Amino acid sequence: MTEARLPAGTIDCDVHPVVPGIAALVPYLDAYWQEMIDVRGIEGFESRAYPPMAPMSARADWRGPDGRAAESVEPVRRQLFDRWGEGGAILNCLYGVQTIHDVSLAAAMARAVNDWLAAEWLDADPRLRASIVLPLQSPELAVEEIERRAADKRFVQVLALVMGEQPLGQRTYWPVWAAAERHGLPVAIHTGSAYRRAVTALGWPTTWLEDYVDQAQAFQAQVASLVSHGVFNKFPALKVVLSESGITWLPAFLWRFSKNWRGLRIEIPWVERPPIEIVRDHFRLTLQPVDAPDGATFERIVDQLGSDEMLLFSTDYPHWQFDGDQPMPDWLPAGTRRKIAIDNPRATYPRLGEVPSGGDR
Amino acid sequence: MSLDTVDDVLVESRSEARSERQRPTRSTIVDCDVHPTVRTAKDLEPYLARRWWDHFTTYGLRPKHGNATGDPYPKAQPRAARRDSWAPNGDQPGSNLAFMRENYLDPYGVECGILSPLNPTGQGDQNIDFSIAMTHAVNDWQLDVFTRPEPRFKASIVIPYEDGEASAREIELRAGTRDFAQVLILTRTSEPIGKRRYWPIFEAAAHHGLPVALHVFGYSGHPVSGTGWPSYYIEEMTGHSAACQAAVASLVLEGVFERFPQLKVVVIEGGFGWLPSLSWRLDRHWQKLGAEVPGCRRPPSEYIREQLWITTQPIEEPEDPADLIQTMEWIGWDRLLFATDYPHWDFDDPMRALPRGLDPANRRKIEAENARALFKLG
Repeated sequence: MTEARLPAGTIDCDVHPVVPGIAALVPYLDAYWQEMIDVRGIEGFESRAYPPMAPMSARADWRGPDGRAAESVEPVRRQLFDRWGEGGAILNCLYGVQTIHDVSLAAAMARAVNDWLAAEWLDADPRLRASIVLPLQSPELAVEEIERRAADKRFVQVLALVMGEQPLGQRTYWPVWAAAERHGLPVAIHTGSAYRRAVTALGWPTTWLEDYVDQAQAFQAQVASLVSHGVFNKFPALKVVLSESGITWLPAFLWRFSKNWRGLRIEIPWVERPPIEIVRDHFRLTLQPVDAPDGATFERIVDQLGSDEMLLFSTDYPHWQFDGDQPMPDWLPAGTRRKIAIDNPRATYPRLGEVPSGGDR
Repeated sequence: MSLDTVDDVLVESRSEARSERQRPTRSTIVDCDVHPTVRTAKDLEPYLARRWWDHFTTYGLRPKHGNATGDPYPKAQPRAARRDSWAPNGDQPGSNLAFMRENYLDPYGVECGILSPLNPTGQGDQNIDFSIAMTHAVNDWQLDVFTRPEPRFKASIVIPYEDGEASAREIELRAGTRDFAQVLILTRTSEPIGKRRYWPIFEAAAHHGLPVALHVFGYSGHPVSGTGWPSYYIEEMTGHSAACQAAVASLVLEGVFERFPQLKVVVIEGGFGWLPSLSWRLDRHWQKLGAEVPGCRRPPSEYIREQLWITTQPIEEPEDPADLIQTMEWIGWDRLLFATDYPHWDFDDPMRALPRGLDPANRRKIEAENARALFKLG
């Protein structure tokens, strides 16, 4: 089925390895936390953002007999690399480290997840890359984690949830962004919440579907926060990758935000350019879920963004975003396909060029 | 700004872009968002029982935030108002009818202005009994001070929306008075507005053929984003459009439109650029996950297309005005309502706010015809 294949060397910028359970991480914890897991009967931190049996959490044909998906390298090889000829994939692990209130435990679990990724995924297939999961409950410990893992160039970005402790532009996070910039690591802001607060400005939604639709609002808030606080003045090389965010909300949001900037810039005088220009330079978005209803609308939205360099190919595997064999909608023009699949990811992630991957051979 | 000044500006902008101007003459507008307020709180005393007047003067309003004076996010202008909207005698913007005629109704050719009282109204107050008393008082006050002396104004029924049953009673009480054009709620309710505790509001409004307007603002007790409290007014302000998105998603997915097919909802002051994307996003995920929301039986975009109207202000300003016209096309020409937001600082001028290149027939729909039909004006 050659028609199902992607351009040679395609990088999938949003793939989710699933932690099979707390037992899988225990070997990567220190002796104290190993004991605590046992003595306290800690059952784990699977996130409510993606309950394993919820339809969106895994496409039906990617689930194993027990209903779970993507718990090891083997299905990723078969279902992504073999099936569509992907040259590489970036792993964003969504295990609920961010939900933990004890910052020491959060840091321990982040270390465990990152070491589990290195040992059981990155070591197992040279085409894999990963994001460093951050315990942003403590910016200080998040910086420590970046410093601890950054020498391993297979980690190509750092990972935050779109709803964590506080808006990500705030000063408390600047040391984290400084470390990310220093090491050439883009910041992925991914769908999902630590559920510290209601998902919407109106409180807690009723259904999972509503929660998921409402995530786009939090992305808007994070873009506003990062730009308003002048993060890109301070860290001019920093890139942010909005992951699993959808795409179509962005242009109209930027029209509003840029208009408000014209009226209110006395409040944030350090923001010296229209937000839409700053966002074009510093933000990228992963492809799935493709939320435009058809190709003509999608093209119009990309045209409104005013840049064809902002989109990065993703399947969002194993999440159920599309059926069949077209992870990249067939209405995408050939030139755009190549840019999204290869050129834009390579331009966004400097570390992709630093270590040879299976896709290059 | 006087009429002469407005015309001078118009002449200048015409000569700059003559070929693109669509309107050689001014026509009247229906303004779907005008903000009246009191000269001082004492204006409301005649409408409050002694017990509640004492409460008001003792404790003040108690919305869900920490500031007894001023706003948690200080605005960028006094009272967030146009600097020319204070009356010569010092009356605050939107409080002096004679000056509003001179400063706003006459120069902008307003055939009808729909009042959205925001403050003080008692909407969203922590004390629900006070909220009931205050909203009732504000409804009486709108009639006495604005709509009876000035037939160009229509009032909104403000309601103690955190109590669905009490709100329905206030709607029942006011529905027979033709001066009221709609029911008014602020978007940031303490729970998503589609939840069943609010259904009595929609039932009563739909029964009486009154649109329910969701105007941005209010203090739900929740931050404007699920990621926490922002630092700046510009973030809060930009976030109001996101709150509108949450409100519409809730109404659709909770099945409110399905349950009340006669219900008409108007979204005010969140702009409109976000609506097509929200519709696509809702449709896309509902197609897969609709089993979780049996109350929403059709693709969400269908309810939005049939039962939702949206005001234009503060109008989006894309780099290419054609993008705005495309957005309007996606929403539907019969669903957009012009609004100025007078007397607030981000006022949209009817002469200049709508994008160049708009088809004149569509312009007239937005300026007046859609609102006349929705509110059964004239």
